[in-house]
Amino acid sequence: MEGQAHSHPTVGTYVRVFGILVIVTIIEVGVFYVPAFQKLLVPLLLTLSAFKFVLVVMFYMHLKSDSRFFTFLFGVPLLLAVAVIAALLLLFGVLQIG
Amino acid sequence: MSHATSMGLPSRKMAFWAFIGSECLLFGSLISTYLIYKGRSLEGPTPHEILNIPLTSVSTFDLLMSSLMMVLALAAVQRGDRKWANIWLFATAFLGMIFLGFQAYEFTAFVHEGLTLQRNLFGATFFVLTGTHGAHVTVGVIWLLTLWSIGLRGRLTPDKALNVEIAGLYWHFVDVVWIVIFTLVYLLQ
Repeated sequence: MEGQAHSHPTVGTYVRVFGILVIVTIIEVGVFYVPAFQKLLVPLLLTLSAFKFVLVVMFYMHLKSDSRFFTFLFGVPLLLAVAVIAALLLLFGVLQIG
Repeated sequence: MSHATSMGLPSRKMAFWAFIGSECLLFGSLISTYLIYKGRSLEGPTPHEILNIPLTSVSTFDLLMSSLMMVLALAAVQRGDRKWANIWLFATAFLGMIFLGFQAYEFTAFVHEGLTLQRNLFGATFFVLTGTHGAHVTVGVIWLLTLWSIGLRGRLTPDKALNVEIAGLYWHFVDVVWIVIFTLVYLLQ
């Protein structure tokens, strides 16, 4: 069976990952409404968002257990996209170094 | 039917990962355009005046739930459980349709409040970014409903699991794009 050339996570793992995703989303929304977190809002939300992104890609898209070549096919354009976003934000003064 | 490449990997899956990679660049360009023009609108409405966080949080939960349904559908197809494969596939598509309903409601409310594609830079970049994502969700829903109809005819057997896995890759990619949009557009106003 070509779709089962590698071992996928179990149903229990899928449900646990979903639980973590929901908890992190609740934390994200909570952080947004708490004034004490306003100074740390950007790094905090970006970290939480990146964590959710990695969880979905690793477990639901199976990159954790699948061929490393798929990680390469996805990772290289993803890094390129992040680099382009960062470069454009620097170029237009949205991000500033120092 | 999918042929294995010289690396022993299914060629369709490899091609689809390359496609998802190209989609990263598409959404990267739309996200950077939104961020560059954020706060540069000459007139309102502005993001903090109009964005509805509670509503969008519910639609985010909906999309996360649909991703769980999708992996459960794939697991059911792989073990040959046709009944639950059909149930989970339809549930995924249904949750996708609910997400689209939330988006249609949000867009309609924004237009009534004066935010259109032509109104200001925020409107132009917001509608293009979230609209492109919504178009991807629509394609995903049609794809899932097609698989579901194939499943209803009993043709979604374990040897066809790759078809469901590739549809799942697309659906989860749409989900991760929304994870990024939810943070960058809605929470970091």
